[in-house]
Amino acid sequence: MNLNVYRLESQSEFLKLWRMPSFSLPSILFPVFFYLLFGIAMGGSRAAGSTTIATYLMASYGCFGLLGTCMFGFGASLAIEREQGWLTLKRTTPMPPSSLFVAKTVMAMLFGLIILLLLVACGLLSGAVHLTADQWVRFFAISLFSVFPFSVIGLCLGFSVGGKAAPAIANLIYLPLSFASGLWFPIEMMPGFFKKLAPALPPFHLNQLLLGSFGSGDGKTLQHLLFLLVFTLLGYGLVSVLYRRSQAN
Amino acid sequence: MTETIARWQSVNQFYGKHHALKDLDVELKAGQVTALLGPNGAGKTTAIKLILGLLTPSKGSVSLFGKSPHRREARVHIGAMLQAGSVPETLTVREHFQVFRSYYPNPLPLESLLQKTQLESCANQRFGRLSGGQKQRVLFGLALAGNPELLFLDEPTVGMDILSRRQFWQSIQALRNQGKTILVTTHYLEEAQAIADRVIVLDKGQLIADMNPHTLRSQFGRKKVAFRCADLRLDQVESHGQILSHEGDRWQLLCDEPESFLRWALAHFNELTELEIQPLTLEDAYLALTENVEEAV
Repeated sequence: MNLNVYRLESQSEFLKLWRMPSFSLPSILFPVFFYLLFGIAMGGSRAAGSTTIATYLMASYGCFGLLGTCMFGFGASLAIEREQGWLTLKRTTPMPPSSLFVAKTVMAMLFGLIILLLLVACGLLSGAVHLTADQWVRFFAISLFSVFPFSVIGLCLGFSVGGKAAPAIANLIYLPLSFASGLWFPIEMMPGFFKKLAPALPPFHLNQLLLGSFGSGDGKTLQHLLFLLVFTLLGYGLVSVLYRRSQAN
Repeated sequence: MTETIARWQSVNQFYGKHHALKDLDVELKAGQVTALLGPNGAGKTTAIKLILGLLTPSKGSVSLFGKSPHRREARVHIGAMLQAGSVPETLTVREHFQVFRSYYPNPLPLESLLQKTQLESCANQRFGRLSGGQKQRVLFGLALAGNPELLFLDEPTVGMDILSRRQFWQSIQALRNQGKTILVTTHYLEEAQAIADRVIVLDKGQLIADMNPHTLRSQFGRKKVAFRCADLRLDQVESHGQILSHEGDRWQLLCDEPESFLRWALAHFNELTELEIQPLTLEDAYLALTENVEEAV
């Protein structure tokens, strides 16, 4: 019976947002559109380090897409449901609280997978992306793992702002954070200030991990991984405090 | 002896300096239908949030089936319909019911849930496309999904048309016949009166009455007298009864002995028109009750 809760909850979490064009269309189409423009039309097979621009930016826009899913699917939708009393109603049931987080994590991974598959299809069709089987596996695994650190950002947002302000605030964080983490332009091309700021931002480390798996990162794989693990664990700690605080009032 | 299945024990609730509930002591017995009445801000919703574990009492304690409402073992036996509960709009009625059913060990079969809420024909419709009354019935269905022993319904008929309301109270009657325990807050006093075994009245956070609806009514064995009379003055009327309302020449009084008032009034005033004498409704009794408290304070 219990597994059934997680399955149904995840399924309905995904369907709920999938049927909301104001969420699903921009979440999926923005990264794909940017990739087509900057990655393929403007970059293509030109070299970027030891790989092509099309490959390099496939990683960055994958990262961008997953961050968006977590900011809006986790963050904004949580804030809205909290405000509407939906979560309060669920709290009167014997629902296991973990099912809420499991469902949203599964939802974000499914949306992420759709975005990644579209990016990969564009990359392969353009003929500018060449990866070994091993590199493909790492590309998908690292991208989907990003849901854990990114959902921390979304959850903190969802538990701390009101439903009406949430989508706007999510955008205010999402776009500058993506830019400053080097998801739009390679960090090497950015002014010195951003080079110093980027190592404090989780999407930067995730992007570097992905690039590293193509052989074009900065070679500090362990450092990036460690940063993301510590960030995620500390983040979950903070989220559980925010969750308990939201239950108390 | 019937079993106590929910209890507020010397509960006090503060919101900052505001004393929202004062020494509330109430027990709900198995199989009872209780109507919780009171003006807005009386503490009805606070009392329900406390027993559901959505709030923790500032002082005192609450229990469900002898356990803390935070315990899963207590929650599997209850269902709740809350005010201002909004449901994700892009999922269908069936999808919502299936998720809620999965939370409980012995849920109602989906078909009987759809039937009890009269939503069979819109099972595959998205919540956002339903009418106000249908939406309210979905919320009722979510409360019933786990086949609970104890139901909390906070203003369940808000937004329903007359027909939906009548059908809703029929479903409550059916649940009552099955031996379910129900606590309902409502503004439709006549409906509450028809179904409740017990009426609890809260005012300004205080329990001011706890009795069966007939006692509540007969305790105020007074009659409501309504009429129009232009010349009557306030101080002349006050000795004859409690003034329920007075606008221009329209008066509504509560009189212990309407006959003696009328004898006096007809002797002194010629233009007394549109006279009506009615027995007290639960609503009047309730108004009289809450106003008395106001006077006493």
